Amino acid sequence: MLTGTGITAGYRNPVITDVSLTVHPGQTIGLAGPSGSGKSTLARVLALLHKPFAGSVTIDGETVTRFRFGATQRTRIGVLFQQPRLSVDPRFTLRRVIAEPLKGNQERVTELADLVMLTDDLLDRRPHEVSDGQLQRACLARALALRPRYLICDEMTTMLDASSTAALVGVIRAYQAETDAGVLAISHDDRLLTRWADETVRLSAPLRR
Amino acid sequence: MTDLTWRPVPRSRLTAAGPPRSPRWRLLPSATVLAIVALTVLVVPLVVDLNQQYVDLAIANQPPSAAHLFGTDELGRDVLLRCVYALRVSLTVGIVAAVISAVVGTAVGALAGSIGGWFDRILMRLVDAVASVPHLLLGIVIVAILRPSLTAVIISIALTHWLTSARIVRSEVLSLRARPFIDAAIVGGASRTRVLTRHLLPNVAPQVLLATTLMVPHAVWHETALSFLGLGLPPHAASVGNMINDAQRSLLIGGWWMSLAPGLLLIITTLAVSGVSGVWRDRLNPKRRTELTW
Repeated sequence: MLTGTGITAGYRNPVITDVSLTVHPGQTIGLAGPSGSGKSTLARVLALLHKPFAGSVTIDGETVTRFRFGATQRTRIGVLFQQPRLSVDPRFTLRRVIAEPLKGNQERVTELADLVMLTDDLLDRRPHEVSDGQLQRACLARALALRPRYLICDEMTTMLDASSTAALVGVIRAYQAETDAGVLAISHDDRLLTRWADETVRLSAPLRR
Repeated sequence: MTDLTWRPVPRSRLTAAGPPRSPRWRLLPSATVLAIVALTVLVVPLVVDLNQQYVDLAIANQPPSAAHLFGTDELGRDVLLRCVYALRVSLTVGIVAAVISAVVGTAVGALAGSIGGWFDRILMRLVDAVASVPHLLLGIVIVAILRPSLTAVIISIALTHWLTSARIVRSEVLSLRARPFIDAAIVGGASRTRVLTRHLLPNVAPQVLLATTLMVPHAVWHETALSFLGLGLPPHAASVGNMINDAQRSLLIGGWWMSLAPGLLLIITTLAVSGVSGVWRDRLNPKRRTELTW
């Protein structure tokens, strides 16, 4: 179970205050809310990338004490970022993007590439030579590389068309069915969340300061 | 209502908007000059059995001729032969000093940028403190402490020129570490060292390489300045700075060739290094990598 309890987090000022959220294994939780409401900040806290001002994050009963580099529970969580083009090293080919967390296990790279339907030709291209949809598929393969227990999808479909969105959601659902992973799906798209998520949590508009 | 008329695009504009020239054509002149200079300074002293220190007062102050292409100096030494030895010394100083300053600057900038916090603040104040002293003055002090020699000149240039690399690397690392692909690497279990070596340093490498190549001519000029002030190499040793320094006296008696030859060689070498570094910078841009076919 991935749990955030009483999370207050932000950058200089708090963006979210006293927010609690739980993702059970096998469950898909949708997270919606207007721009600036703190969806991505909450996602970063739950992905152990951002230390909250207050509150705690628990993963399968273990309370997280260190964030970013020091997190010992790091590989139990996979993240899919909003902008695929910014979330890959521009020097890497898609093959290296997928292989990065695997530290060179080529067999697993091929397996993941098949899973997200990336051909050999695409795997040898660099990010600027493929479409956003193809790049996001490589990012999904990378996120699933270490078989995370929980997957956080931070507006992963924003840059994609309907068919790419459907393909990615299909892959995530299949992974969930196979591994009983929990998914936190963040999106502005209410129709997508209605069809995809078991339950949707809404963050309210940001406080005026 | 505006009257819109279709007109064909003039052929000259079509040509101008065509594909850019192959980088090979941009590289060729600079690379050729650099290759000739490198071959000359490396091979000539090994092959040609001539003493660049050979003094013959009978042929002193001779203008360029078939026997002495760049003329002779006030002691009758062949200016062309001394130029070869001078460039050898100056390029050694330039390359070694540039590499040392790039290594020191990259290490300081990468550590400051990737660790951040108080460590970054302390290192950057150190950089500001060193930068607040004019670097030529600081270089003179270092050479004065170490006594003028080739090693002293290299150390003095390297220790006063790492600041630029450090600032470039730090600002690039600060910008890069806030990008989602660094977060993605962390999520994938990468350690701080792995992020630094696999993502941050390779991504700042083009800027560092460019700064280093541009540093080579700068270091040569610096060696020239130190030698010109009498703080570089010993007066009898040929370096571009020493030659120009010696030649200034001869200018008063009309010996223009003595300063023209080393000065011209310095400018040509500087332009060639700049040309090659410009093409290199483009080559290292990953977005252009597959568009280049050489």
